[in-house]
Amino acid sequence: MIRIDSVTKRYPDGTVAVDRLSLEIPDRSITVLVGPSGCGKTTTLRMINRMVEPTEGTILLDGEDVQRQPVTTLRRSMGYVIQNAGLFQHRTIADNIATVPRMLGWGKQRARERAAELMERVGLDASLAKRYPYQLSGGQQQRVGVARALAADPPVLLMDEPFSAVDPVVRKGLQDELLRIQDELGKTIVFVTHDIDEAIKLGTMVAVLREGGRLAQYAPPAELLSNPADSFVEDFLGADRGIRRLSFFTSDALELTTDAVVPAGAPDAPLTTAETPYLLVTDAEGRPLGWRERGSAGDADRLLPYGRPFRPGTDSLRAALDCAVLSPTGWAVAVDADGRVTGVVSQQTIGEAIRAAHTQAETDAAPARGEDEKVAG
Amino acid sequence: MNVLNFVQAFFSDGAHWHGYDGIPTRFLEHVRYAALALAIAAAIGLPVGLLTGHTGRGGNAIAFVANAARALPSFGLLVLAVLLIGFGLLPVMIPLVVLAVPPILVTTYEAVRTVDPAPVDAARGMGMRESRILFRVEVPVALPLILSGLRSAAIQIVSTATIAAYVSLGGLGRYIIDGLYQRNYEKVVGGATLVALLALVTLALFWAVGRLAVSPGVRRR
Amino acid sequence: MNGFFDIPSDLQHSWAGLIGLHLREALLPVAAGLLLALPLALLCNRFRWLYPPVLGVTTMLYAVPSLAFFVVLIDYTGQTELTVMIPLALYSLVVLVPAIADGVRSVPDETLSAATAMGFGPVRRYLQVQLPIAAPAIIAGLRVATASSISLVSVGALIGNQGALGNLLAAAQKYDRPELAANAVVTTAVLAILCDAALVALRRALTPWMPRSGRERTAAPREELLTKGAAR
Repeated sequence: MIRIDSVTKRYPDGTVAVDRLSLEIPDRSITVLVGPSGCGKTTTLRMINRMVEPTEGTILLDGEDVQRQPVTTLRRSMGYVIQNAGLFQHRTIADNIATVPRMLGWGKQRARERAAELMERVGLDASLAKRYPYQLSGGQQQRVGVARALAADPPVLLMDEPFSAVDPVVRKGLQDELLRIQDELGKTIVFVTHDIDEAIKLGTMVAVLREGGRLAQYAPPAELLSNPADSFVEDFLGADRGIRRLSFFTSDALELTTDAVVPAGAPDAPLTTAETPYLLVTDAEGRPLGWRERGSAGDADRLLPYGRPFRPGTDSLRAALDCAVLSPTGWAVAVDADGRVTGVVSQQTIGEAIRAAHTQAETDAAPARGEDEKVAG
Repeated sequence: MNVLNFVQAFFSDGAHWHGYDGIPTRFLEHVRYAALALAIAAAIGLPVGLLTGHTGRGGNAIAFVANAARALPSFGLLVLAVLLIGFGLLPVMIPLVVLAVPPILVTTYEAVRTVDPAPVDAARGMGMRESRILFRVEVPVALPLILSGLRSAAIQIVSTATIAAYVSLGGLGRYIIDGLYQRNYEKVVGGATLVALLALVTLALFWAVGRLAVSPGVRRR
Repeated sequence: MNGFFDIPSDLQHSWAGLIGLHLREALLPVAAGLLLALPLALLCNRFRWLYPPVLGVTTMLYAVPSLAFFVVLIDYTGQTELTVMIPLALYSLVVLVPAIADGVRSVPDETLSAATAMGFGPVRRYLQVQLPIAAPAIIAGLRVATASSISLVSVGALIGNQGALGNLLAAAQKYDRPELAANAVVTTAVLAILCDAALVALRRALTPWMPRSGRERTAAPREELLTKGAAR
């Protein structure tokens, strides 16, 4: 565990970057430091591997003061990923990744094998090993940066706005990849970002910092969304935190109906529980084709679009609600892993599920603010 | 063009090809003076440039020293040195080194200072020692610019080393100085052509070193 | 310091007179070089294929020792100031063409597009947009050219008293008076430093948009200007 104990960083000119900050960073989870520019989040991160030395206070790594360790040994035991990756442009991708293992005295062959293994883990094609950084896209470079940080298998990973410089689509891919890698490796990750959405998506715990390097709130993301500590955190979270909070509720419990699902060419199903004037038409494999009105012929080219289906269990309530809102009929389509329709659900039903989930969350929150079940959205 | 005639006459004269005043001897002498001056200048300019560039400190001092050295006239320094310490290799080396240090010092400093800070930060963050950061991260990236400073210095030395002849030493300057006093333009033009040729060889040499020493990742091709 | 300013009468000039002569012989060629370099650099940027050969030729010329130039020119222009000034103008040209061409080329494409979009013609764009933005690079080139010109004038002493302050060097040897040589070296160096300072001041005046605080970024002109190109 990393323990930041009332740490202050004051520069000679009097600016206070971090002000009596205390944080306990749990092992094998992602802790995100988030806040506006000038809130001291990067300074805090850099004090952990002593790129910046604190003016006051101590930082303990597994109970040992980082100040007491030789600085190079300390840094080699922590992976470090920065914005724009900071790759060595004169070295091949494989050599970049093998940097720390080579510094630790690994043999050439072993370091090379390790590099190949890591390239695969971060989703880079093996053919890129002999390339140079300039031949890679920004997203690929950032993957190399992550692989390089993981190379010597350090227990701790420090990431300073690693995904800020890539475009949103690539960023989402990198975030998903990080979550996947973290599932496999279980590192202690400290992650700095100014993007609250990224913080909520990645963080097991999120520390919101405010200008002057003071801690505003330290909580799991769901709690941050439901109970912001003050108006600063509330503003920082943005206007739609209610909607975003739905990302943390599973869509498992949604009651689906199959009454309004008919194969292509079939006659109208009888009106039963599903009080909808529309029917979802599926193809022979059970995949959705579109909505048709009851009584209409249901020609393939006259179907209404069905929007984006969601997967119960995997997707959150937010995704389900989004499906229903996007659908012209107001009904969301649920599919299984193969894309076959498992049922449909109305906005109304989703709304009830949201209310139930909120009630449940409040009861849960009362005894402990413990493990949050997080659903990738 | 009678300059071309001079060149042709000079190089076709068999007497210019052997003996202590032959082209091979003078060429090698010139190369020796130039190489020695470049080595001394590099021994001064490179370490100071690397160190100040790495720390980013001392930029004003570098600029001051470079500007002052640049302001000193080579020919004047030579005459002064000869008057003060007499004839020999030393009075020739003084103006050549003073001439060559500023380009080496300034470009090395700038080359290292302007290396992208991100990889340096990454290197430090992964626990590299400062000396290793300088030689394994900064220098490889700064190398093309460092080489261009050395190349610029080398060309200026090659051209200016002709002054060695003025103080009774050898080198290609012999032809120019002797030609001047003998009113033998053939010799002057021939000597100048050889100096220009040596400059071209120097350029080619630096180009080759660049190809060999600079990583394809930095050259970007 | 005895006799430091005691100039032998055969130089036919006072100390101040030598300074004036030196400045004229050094600076006129730089000005001429600049006038020639501006259109030449424009051409090089217009026709990209022209740049490498121009750079090659100029680099070759730069490598030719000044004394050889002087000697060959004596036949045409005699033992006159002109004989000293023509090679110096050529050297200035060699330094200035790449400085201007690279400086102009370094103007961002967006800036050029914006200027074109606003209706600037090519010449107007060159004079009003590209040259001002390239001013720092051009002045950096001028600083190198001026320093080298001021230093090289002295060599003119070898072709018969055409070296201005350099003539003091010949006199120093003739009369075995090292202090005259020291005078020549120090005075030349001070002239070079003053001219350099004047160019820095000019650059500041011409580019009020550039940040002034902190260290002078162009305090050291780019050396690679001199021999750039051939190896790249």
